[in-house]
Amino acid sequence: MQSYDIVVIGGGPAGLAAAAEAKRSGVDSILILERDHELGGILNQCIHNGFGLHTFKEELTGPEYAKRFMDQVFELGIEYKLNTMVMDITDSKVVTAMNKTDGMFQIQAKAVILAMGCRERPRGALNIPGYRPAGIFSAGTAQRLVNIEGYLPGREVVILGSGDIGLIMARRMTLEGAKVKVVAELMPYSGGLKRNIVQCLDDYGIPLKLSHTVVDIEGKERVTGITIAEVGPDMKPIPGTEEYYSCDTLLLSVGLLPENELSKTAGVELSTITSGPVVNDALETSVEGIFACGNVLHVHDLVDFVSQEAANAGKNAAKYVKEGRVASNKEIKINAVDGVRYTVPCTIRPDQMDDTVTVRFRVGKVFKNSAVTMYFGDEQVLKRKKQIMAPGEMEQVVIDKKKLAEYGDISDITIKIESV
Amino acid sequence: MEKRHLTCIGCPMGCQLEVTLDNGVVTEVTGNTCKRGDDYARKEVTNPTRIVTSTVPVRGGKIAMVSCKTKSDIPKDKIFDCMKEINKIRVDAPVKVGDVLLKDICGTGVDIIATKDVDIA
Amino acid sequence: MIYDVVIIGAGVSGSAIARELSKYKLNTVVLEKFEDVCSGTSKANSAIVHAGFDAAEGSLMAKLNVEGNEMMDDLARDLDIPFKRNGSLVVCIHKEELPGLQELYDRGIANGVKGLKILSREEVLEMEPNLSDNVEGALYAPTGGIICPFILNIAMAENANVNGVDFRFNTEVEGFRKDGDVWVVRTNNGEYRTRYVVNAAGVYADKLHNMVSANKIHITPRRGDYCLLDKEMGGHVSHTIFPQPTKLGKGVLVSPTIHGNLIVGPTAIDIEDKEATATTAAGINDLIEKAGMHVKNLPVGRKVITSFAGLRAHEDHHEFIIGECKDAPGFIDCSGIESPGLTSSPAIGRMVADIVVGLTHPEKKTDWIGTRKGIVNPSELSLEERNKLIKENPAYGQIICRCESISEGEILDAIHRPLGARSLDGVKRRTRAGMGRCQAGFCSPRVMEILHRELGIPMEKITKSGGESVIAPELSKNRKGGEE
Repeated sequence: MQSYDIVVIGGGPAGLAAAAEAKRSGVDSILILERDHELGGILNQCIHNGFGLHTFKEELTGPEYAKRFMDQVFELGIEYKLNTMVMDITDSKVVTAMNKTDGMFQIQAKAVILAMGCRERPRGALNIPGYRPAGIFSAGTAQRLVNIEGYLPGREVVILGSGDIGLIMARRMTLEGAKVKVVAELMPYSGGLKRNIVQCLDDYGIPLKLSHTVVDIEGKERVTGITIAEVGPDMKPIPGTEEYYSCDTLLLSVGLLPENELSKTAGVELSTITSGPVVNDALETSVEGIFACGNVLHVHDLVDFVSQEAANAGKNAAKYVKEGRVASNKEIKINAVDGVRYTVPCTIRPDQMDDTVTVRFRVGKVFKNSAVTMYFGDEQVLKRKKQIMAPGEMEQVVIDKKKLAEYGDISDITIKIESV
Repeated sequence: MEKRHLTCIGCPMGCQLEVTLDNGVVTEVTGNTCKRGDDYARKEVTNPTRIVTSTVPVRGGKIAMVSCKTKSDIPKDKIFDCMKEINKIRVDAPVKVGDVLLKDICGTGVDIIATKDVDIA
Repeated sequence: MIYDVVIIGAGVSGSAIARELSKYKLNTVVLEKFEDVCSGTSKANSAIVHAGFDAAEGSLMAKLNVEGNEMMDDLARDLDIPFKRNGSLVVCIHKEELPGLQELYDRGIANGVKGLKILSREEVLEMEPNLSDNVEGALYAPTGGIICPFILNIAMAENANVNGVDFRFNTEVEGFRKDGDVWVVRTNNGEYRTRYVVNAAGVYADKLHNMVSANKIHITPRRGDYCLLDKEMGGHVSHTIFPQPTKLGKGVLVSPTIHGNLIVGPTAIDIEDKEATATTAAGINDLIEKAGMHVKNLPVGRKVITSFAGLRAHEDHHEFIIGECKDAPGFIDCSGIESPGLTSSPAIGRMVADIVVGLTHPEKKTDWIGTRKGIVNPSELSLEERNKLIKENPAYGQIICRCESISEGEILDAIHRPLGARSLDGVKRRTRAGMGRCQAGFCSPRVMEILHRELGIPMEKITKSGGESVIAPELSKNRKGGEE
């Protein structure tokens, strides 16, 4: 069996940044396993601009952003295998993978970094009634067909879900000559960035209907029409509010889910909220030596934060390889309550943590004129006012090691949203 | 006096802005909560611009399409004219990030450049 | 040319009949209006091999159900069909309905069902801890099973084809006329002359029958909505769980599928349109509510990966109609094939073949091939075996459908074997590519490319399931098909 110090599962933005940082942290034996025919992951099909403002202080397109990190990996001489699917990871970090040239092979890793990304929620999860004709695509599949393969999936489009991919595809399809008739959103708010609503919908006069969902799909062979209806506070369609749109295409942008099939094979504990691994401040999962970062850990809003988080996972994996696990005396749990849906990480090791640890989270609904507060034990240590917080955007707080130490032997940290 | 209504894109607030123009000169912005709203409104009503991104077919490449963009932003009202021109472009592999695929699109002075490397198949 | 037999319909019945007839020196053709086998009722059902205690004692349905069930082990072995006898449980949740279990038991015994047993609350809860807390008892039928309905259908058709039966797809029957003793079958693809016609047209069998016979029959499409749950839920129950039956049918079942998902369904809604396979919100809600009465902790909301509807060919008398039409000699009906039609199919095939053989006395072939090797399932192979496979054909090393771990090699086999796949659904039903939790989001562009490359079908003509079901109808950038 081959062996590597670190095996990175996935060569998208998370995997690339993690591998590069691990190498810079002094580990040479690193292998990236990527299932597609090129590195860069989903960024390759995200041809729109708006990436990297935090990292590079300029607005890049997805492929350009990916290239910056791919170039780092090439310059650092990190090994990678393309067209390679990882089939299994064990808790003792034996990685089984497969491709055309090597066949099925196993690698013993000292540390594994999970960076598999996320997948789109399909129609079934929504129980949308109607026929099952051609012409129903998840927004990401349509994005691939248009941007990578060069095909137009349809001419008249209805989009369900106002997540950023749905909004981006509304503009993209419009620019390619299709007519996007409406974007329906189940929630009373959009899951996408304001900028995308203005520049992808308003710019082109595409209506966004909040609190609406698809109640019927027509067409036995290809989609011929979609009926949407308004939903009440119980999220159920309100009879009498149905509107019919004739169209040949329905795009679904109804949420992303971390892709954790492999994490499960390794026995990694998963959060029921994020569907991603439960991690400590080192981004280490419940299985020693297995780290996680990027959208497989929790779905991010901006790729810049994926890169930052992944670099952190890479650094910590390298530290683990070089020093082994240093027993920690204690773990402090982070409670996510009162509007905070979850936090990443979930626990902090006060003796082992970096000087500062960034805790990222999302809120459960739109909050206006509220504050993010943090408590060490019972004592409030942070109150940051925010004019607005929305589920579509990640929030963060920073925990300072020295400051935490001043609070002595506390058992938990609490992060919540409070009114001002 | 002309009044225009906009949604601010500065943050998730999405402030509803009202811009008052006098002969094309902004005299007042209201509805904004912060300075960013004021700046955005003034730019957006006098000279709205956008970066346009698209794809171009590649002959003889490892992949079928190369992604591209306007090197800098172009006037918003030229977007569809530009798309017509972009749709006519065909290129041969190899292509490198930053290669100019079309110079000075629609008289904007802005080039269309590749945003991805495409090697020869 | 004059065929000996024209079979109308390449569903599970038509394919079973074709396979049985392929044992004889007969010139047989199967006409199918869709682009593939298994495209109507056979593709959307509970995928259950019923034990046979439901159908009325003495009915043809009861006889063929029990016979079909008994034939299934050999058939599954010979044709490499995924099949498992997981056992069925009819669960009683109201004390006053316990006598109903005894009735079912008695009927089952009369029908010849083996191994039936009435279980106490304690016994059944030990077998299935996720049953409702209200369970009072159950009827246990160890011969009940689960099967891949697609492969059952496809395998029988493939095997018939290997043994010389022709299949004509996209061929819809429009009418009949007699030319002396010869039946002339008029289709959208020309006329077929034949000595015998077998009508296995599913929900359309009444329409065809009524074209040639004065004794009219009527088939109501009875829609059944289903939800398929993620494989995470596949172990929620291990047996097929039925409620006690009502006059509308066997009710909403909860069962593992042979591939490890959990299936919940069907509803029973009588409709008129023979192709109205649209699910409705009311149907799905009804399903979720009913399933929850017998099985607890069903996370139907969050774990559904797809919902779909199938149409049962419900004949007014709820009985299979199999036999030569009295006022249309040479026209053999095989209609009203609703549940337990899938289970009965091997026996239906044998019965119809016997009728044809009785009429025409053909010679048996000596070179008939009774077995078929299915598409390899690499997940059943050891690391060494898998490596050997990849070395022989590297395509087995390239995963295309990541949810179900289906490789390019399996897809190539699905396309190039007899009666191979020509559409995304054709590939899906043969290999399961696209049947997993992302529901083809990831693999469909890749499968399209493979179909394009292997069959020379332009990308913009690749369909989901034939006809007008084109996936991506246009090239972007004003390009015409074929432009490089």
